[in-house]
Amino acid sequence: MTRLEALRPWLGGDVPILPAGRIGGPLPWLIALMVLLVTVGLAGALVLAGLTRAASAQVAGSVLVQIVEADPAGRAAQTDAAAAFLRTSPAVAAVRVVPQAELEALLEPWLGEGLLAADIVPVPALLDVQTTGTIDARTLRQLADGLRAVAPAARLDAQADWLAPLMGAVAALRYLAASVALLLAFVGLAAVWLSTRFALASNAQTVKIVHALGGDDGQIASVFQRAILPDAIAGSLLGAGLGAAALWLLGDRFAALDAGLLAGGGLGAGDWLILALVPVGAATAAALTARVTVLATLRKSL
Amino acid sequence: MEEIIRFDNVGLRYGTDREVLSDLSCSLFAGRFYFLTGASGAGKTSLLRLLYLAQRPSRGALRMFGTDMMTLPRADLPAFRRRIGVVFQDFRLIDRLSTFDNVALPLRIAGVKEHELAGPVADMLEWVGLGGRAGARPATLSGGEQQRTAIARAVIGRPDVLIADEPTGNVDPEMSLRLLGLFQALNRLGTTVIMATHDVQLLRQVPDSLIMRLEKGRLLDPTGALRYPPREPVTKPEQRRDWRRAPVGGGA
Repeated sequence: MTRLEALRPWLGGDVPILPAGRIGGPLPWLIALMVLLVTVGLAGALVLAGLTRAASAQVAGSVLVQIVEADPAGRAAQTDAAAAFLRTSPAVAAVRVVPQAELEALLEPWLGEGLLAADIVPVPALLDVQTTGTIDARTLRQLADGLRAVAPAARLDAQADWLAPLMGAVAALRYLAASVALLLAFVGLAAVWLSTRFALASNAQTVKIVHALGGDDGQIASVFQRAILPDAIAGSLLGAGLGAAALWLLGDRFAALDAGLLAGGGLGAGDWLILALVPVGAATAAALTARVTVLATLRKSL
Repeated sequence: MEEIIRFDNVGLRYGTDREVLSDLSCSLFAGRFYFLTGASGAGKTSLLRLLYLAQRPSRGALRMFGTDMMTLPRADLPAFRRRIGVVFQDFRLIDRLSTFDNVALPLRIAGVKEHELAGPVADMLEWVGLGGRAGARPATLSGGEQQRTAIARAVIGRPDVLIADEPTGNVDPEMSLRLLGLFQALNRLGTTVIMATHDVQLLRQVPDSLIMRLEKGRLLDPTGALRYPPREPVTKPEQRRDWRRAPVGGGA
């Protein structure tokens, strides 16, 4: 039988050393609030991480070639030459000349009907290029040099380049969300630390008696650890429930934005597993914090 | 005769104040009955705190059970505290626990299994005349009952040394004699008893006892009896420990 098992009957259980096996009144609510906020913050970080991954995967192998030529005949000739060159390049997996009709559809909301067809407003020809893998700067430079030789009006952009600032901003938001979640977790543990210190002070006389009778710090810490566990579990479950409800509501709102890059921003099974670990981690961390707090405080006495 | 406690030039001060105990040098021997006397403020409680390991001396040397208490790691202190029973002047029972659970506490701390402690605790409560009050909370007990609960708690773990701080201070003279009878019975069974008291009548009740007198934090030992006790205690080795064979019927 372990020492804890030997002490179980009086460790806040059958024989209450601490009042009603509880540490403090507001503690479960504080833990619930912290778990809720940590869950939402962490979910935000996970969604942003998923969104970044999905968007990066979409644009990683994409290069856009524009033929910026006012003369329609010259533009068509250079477009054909550029497409032919690209198709022979080993770095290119596929080339698609964006059809005129598609360009018209894209620009129609801004330029109105008929302007492109009549070639009143010269619009660059577009070639959507898929590379064989993630393209590096050197290969991109080689492609650009080769293109300029056959199509002097060609301009080449890796989509990842112009999306880089956006991806950087999204990554910053992700780290911010994760940091906020981490800070909230620390605030929650600080609340547990304060509550435990308060409970220890309130039960100082009992602690002295147990010490005088030969009880060691580990035994006393176990009493407080067990006393805080019901509060921590109740608070964690409540916070997790509220967090799940908040995520469901937010998910419902964001579902309406299911378009473009945002399509990759949902929570995967792995993400839900991580979020499910939040209440478990919170209850465990609260019990351990209580134990460490008691041990650290008692170490200052004889 | 086995020396179980030894003070050598022990001094104790709290913070930066003057010493409350100075130049204490004496030996305490197994199986003896010691009275600790002195005026209020003489340092009795401070000396008892050293004895039940609530405090370490500020200087000098203190050995208990053959071990240097000055250098003993803090983590090792609980094992020594379990060899010492303490009866506090204000009882210090845990209000939320019943009489039974208060008395069982030292056994539970020591890791005794539940089914093994019920019998000894019940016997102990009978021994101190509280068999019918096992389920009562301390607040519902009389002063004498609380005192006997505290004594039962102090001796249930069969300590080598029993320390009592003014155990008769809150009870009437008749109860004082009954409680003294409990301590004498324990002493006859081999427990070394150290009892702080103001009551000079009690000193006469224990003829074999040795008196430790404190004056202004200094121990008086003019005859050297504390260093060299006059004779062996009456306890026979085979009598030690088995308190259940010697009921005292200390009912109040």
